[in-house]
Amino acid sequence: MRALIHSEWTKFRTVRGWVIGMAVAGFVILGFGLLPSFQGSCGGRGPQSDCVLPVGPEGQAVTDGFMFVHQPLTGDFSLTVRVASITGVLPPGPGQDEMREGVAPWTKAGLLIKDGTTQGSAYAAVMLTGGHGVRMQHNFVHDTAGMAGSVNSPRWLRLTRTQQKITGEESADGTAWTTVGTVTLAGLPSTAQVGLFVASPQYAEVDDESSFGSFSSYGGFTIATALFDNLSRAEGWQGKRIGGPDNMDDELGSFEETGDGSVRVTGSGDIAPAVGGPAGIGTGLTDTLVGTFAGLIFIVVIAAMFVTAEYRRGLIRTTLAASPGRGKVLAAKATVMAAVSFVVGTVAAAIVVTLGQEVLRGNGVYVHPASFATELRIIAGTGLLLAVAAALSVGLGALLRRGTTAVAAVIVTVVLPYLLAIAVLPPAAGDWLLRVAPAAAFALQQSLIEYPQVLNLYIPQAGYFPLPPWAGLAVLAGWAAAVLGLAAHLLRRRDA
Amino acid sequence: MIAAVHAEWTKLRTSPGMAWLLLAAVAATVAVSWAAVAATTCRNAGGCGVDPAKLSLTGVQLGQAVVAIVAVMVIGGEYGTGMHRITLAAVPRRGFVLAAKAAVVTAVTAPAAALGVAGSLLAARPSLRPNGLPSLSIDDDQVMRAAAGSVLYLALIALLALGIATAVRNSAAATGFVLGLLYLFPILAQSVSDEKWQRNLLKIGPMTAGLAIQATRDLAGLPIAPWKGLGVLALWSLGALLLGGAILSRRDA
Repeated sequence: MRALIHSEWTKFRTVRGWVIGMAVAGFVILGFGLLPSFQGSCGGRGPQSDCVLPVGPEGQAVTDGFMFVHQPLTGDFSLTVRVASITGVLPPGPGQDEMREGVAPWTKAGLLIKDGTTQGSAYAAVMLTGGHGVRMQHNFVHDTAGMAGSVNSPRWLRLTRTQQKITGEESADGTAWTTVGTVTLAGLPSTAQVGLFVASPQYAEVDDESSFGSFSSYGGFTIATALFDNLSRAEGWQGKRIGGPDNMDDELGSFEETGDGSVRVTGSGDIAPAVGGPAGIGTGLTDTLVGTFAGLIFIVVIAAMFVTAEYRRGLIRTTLAASPGRGKVLAAKATVMAAVSFVVGTVAAAIVVTLGQEVLRGNGVYVHPASFATELRIIAGTGLLLAVAAALSVGLGALLRRGTTAVAAVIVTVVLPYLLAIAVLPPAAGDWLLRVAPAAAFALQQSLIEYPQVLNLYIPQAGYFPLPPWAGLAVLAGWAAAVLGLAAHLLRRRDA
Repeated sequence: MIAAVHAEWTKLRTSPGMAWLLLAAVAATVAVSWAAVAATTCRNAGGCGVDPAKLSLTGVQLGQAVVAIVAVMVIGGEYGTGMHRITLAAVPRRGFVLAAKAAVVTAVTAPAAALGVAGSLLAARPSLRPNGLPSLSIDDDQVMRAAAGSVLYLALIALLALGIATAVRNSAAATGFVLGLLYLFPILAQSVSDEKWQRNLLKIGPMTAGLAIQATRDLAGLPIAPWKGLGVLALWSLGALLLGGAILSRRDA
């Protein structure tokens, strides 16, 4: 097998056109990624317009803006309140210009403890939500579900601090309590800001009235008002719009104490990880890798020719005479092509991912930071995606024995489904296609993270793939294995 | 010239797999069109703004790939086997050879395209109404324009592929080049956040401009008007044929 791989490697290395083609594939990925064609508005209107998102205690970019009715509390405490009701307004629907009445699914109202009032600081909160019942959340990315509930049925909430441990409890009647969750906020100072909060996030929905192919969505900010009563601490409350201007009492954030522990709080914004796409801002690292499609076409052409050129020139007879194990010959060809493609893809992606984001940021586009592990997965994933696609192409070349049909088959199964999903088909059909077609492997390049606790359009158009990265690769690998298996079988049976 | 066309016709008629490929072009177009309509449902009374003609002709997106293969093989097959030397010895005026090839490629792809387009409309029609989509009327001028335009579109794609394959002289590379040219523009446009750039890319891309001919709704919102878009594709095809012709007459066979 080693001798076979060596001989196939020699065949590849000595055809100048193929080596140049592989290099061009790499440069194409670089070129599209580093081309300064995307322009954003960040920083374009002076220093105030810089897109700087607060960073949470665990390193993610976060949204941290809400109405906080708070006071500093030192040491351990327990605070109880009843959420009597939540009402609110949603952005106008398509073709309308009035805000609609309604509460967004992830509108939050409840009790919160926070390490100061700076955006991005550590917090823990127990809350009633618009459509997801009672939740205990902390540090932006963690979310624990409590019981289901509705904005119209009152719900008791309690937040208790025991040193670094924060416990959230809920009750329907104020006597029988259930624990929603207990979390540890490491490094929480002995004096923390504690109080009532209301947040109502950005809202987005696919516009059903828009024509398919020109996907559009609508949405905007929402506002919610919560009525709290039976607050166990009556004195000393002050209001602050976290992440907003200091002047109080505008429509996006206000509070009013109505006596005997009743408080009406109005707020907007969200306490959650920041997302890209229609309900968020900016883009992900994936946008720097658009050149992968062009690079893929070069690689697929070379990989198909790597097999079909032998048929054209009759070299296949020499090859098969030299090594009668025909399955092994095919395996060696696929290995060499996959290895070369992996190296080209990985090197190009590594450069694009590191330099490309700087280019985009320089152009004023907000690029969501990704963790090191995610960057590594995107870089190696681009290499793997190209490697398996090259193996698929080798298999189709051996199966069809014609470069034209093999190349067309790979492009049509790998590139076309992606195109149909993002630009032609309605989201549901596109979603299905990206689960079964080899194009599923592009999930390896997804950099944005899907958070169930943030309402957003998690669709391919916005950079979210239906399958997790490795499952996507498995789909492509399954296709490649099936095609290579069939090709090996036919190669043994057919006359060369 | 008639003799040259006759020779090309004989070669095409007798080349193995050509009939199957043309059949595949029809089948692929009809199957994808049918599947796209079957997969699209609308619960709103307004029809969700779906363009029934455009949706019923989705299969052209795949059919064009098969049509491109046909055109590439008409010339690429000759380069592959050395047959082109005999062809050029028999018809020394090289421009004639390419013109004859263009004539026969059009002659076989246009009927296949017409079958595919007609089949798509027929296959899609019964599913439109049950899925809550607007129905399709054959009498409608706009629908006729979309259907006839799609046939022209596929024929122009074949000529574009023929021109590129003549210039590139390698079947596999030519196929990659043609399909890349078609499919990359919409993908690039999708990733560009600047709306002006996005529309410019859609205007100059051979596929994105050419397929504007399928639109029957919201014509004002298109990046390029239907016939103008088909004109852009025609310019691409003409350019490719001229380039292919120039390279064919300049280079050593």
